[in-house]
Amino acid sequence: MSALLVALGAAVGAPLRYLTDRAVQSRRGAAFPWGTLTVNVIGSALLGALLALPVPGWAMTLAGTGLCGALSTYSTFAYETVRLAGSGARLRAVLNVVVSVVGGLAAAGFGVVVARALS
Amino acid sequence: MPDTPARRSPRPPGGPPSSPRPDPGPRPGAPAAGPAGQTGDRRVPWATLAAVAAGGVIGALARHGLASAFPHPPGGFPWTTFATNVIGCALIGVLMVLVTEAGRGHPLVRPFLGPGVLGGFTTFSAYVADIGGLAAGGAPQVALVYLFATVAAAVTATHLAAQATRALAGLRRTGPSGEAG
Repeated sequence: MSALLVALGAAVGAPLRYLTDRAVQSRRGAAFPWGTLTVNVIGSALLGALLALPVPGWAMTLAGTGLCGALSTYSTFAYETVRLAGSGARLRAVLNVVVSVVGGLAAAGFGVVVARALS
Repeated sequence: MPDTPARRSPRPPGGPPSSPRPDPGPRPGAPAAGPAGQTGDRRVPWATLAAVAAGGVIGALARHGLASAFPHPPGGFPWTTFATNVIGCALIGVLMVLVTEAGRGHPLVRPFLGPGVLGGFTTFSAYVADIGGLAAGGAPQVALVYLFATVAAAVTATHLAAQATRALAGLRRTGPSGEAG
């Protein structure tokens, strides 16, 4: 049962990540991985909110493990960091790590605060 | 006709300020090489989306399976998420060299395996949530170690896996993507 919920969430989250990344990158250009940063920040905020809400276990499996897990990505984040560093853009590589981690933590905290205010 | 897909430039007509550095090459999330590529084509790539969704389901199920088999105790180092992310990063290093530099595979292989399987397998949100949970739950040292260890291991694994794949595939450091050292 939980596998089905994870699959359902991921079937939405993964293509949503792809489309978001595509839309953001087409506006911002390829110099910085804004698209991956965007999905990771949104996924962190959503998961933060979910963890602060009294959601039942099945909803956490569906939306937390499935949707947020597949919406956010570590592999693309790491690959883009290595690619930036390899192309000589070391500062942008470091910035990508710092902004992603700090932004993700801030977004998760924001999600917690908003969820607590609403519930 | 409210939305014409052709000729809608995302940039102002006066020309963007040119980047001081060359485009560092293709990204794993980028659409597969095709006639449209990334040149502003707004058509929905249904086949690519289906490949990403199918791969994402497989990756997420593998991540969920590992997390269920090896749960980490509250306050403890999240080894399973750590290993999942580092393994996924090593695999994307292999994949991107094989698919973009060696130019192997069907055009849908990259979206299926890259943003699909590996994107669904690895997770940034759980990484962040675990850091927050550890810090708020009285284990700030574990949170800090986890934060830095994951970034360092993931980036190192990606780099080393790409280098090893290049060496094994007989590729030189500079690929067709113009990725000059």
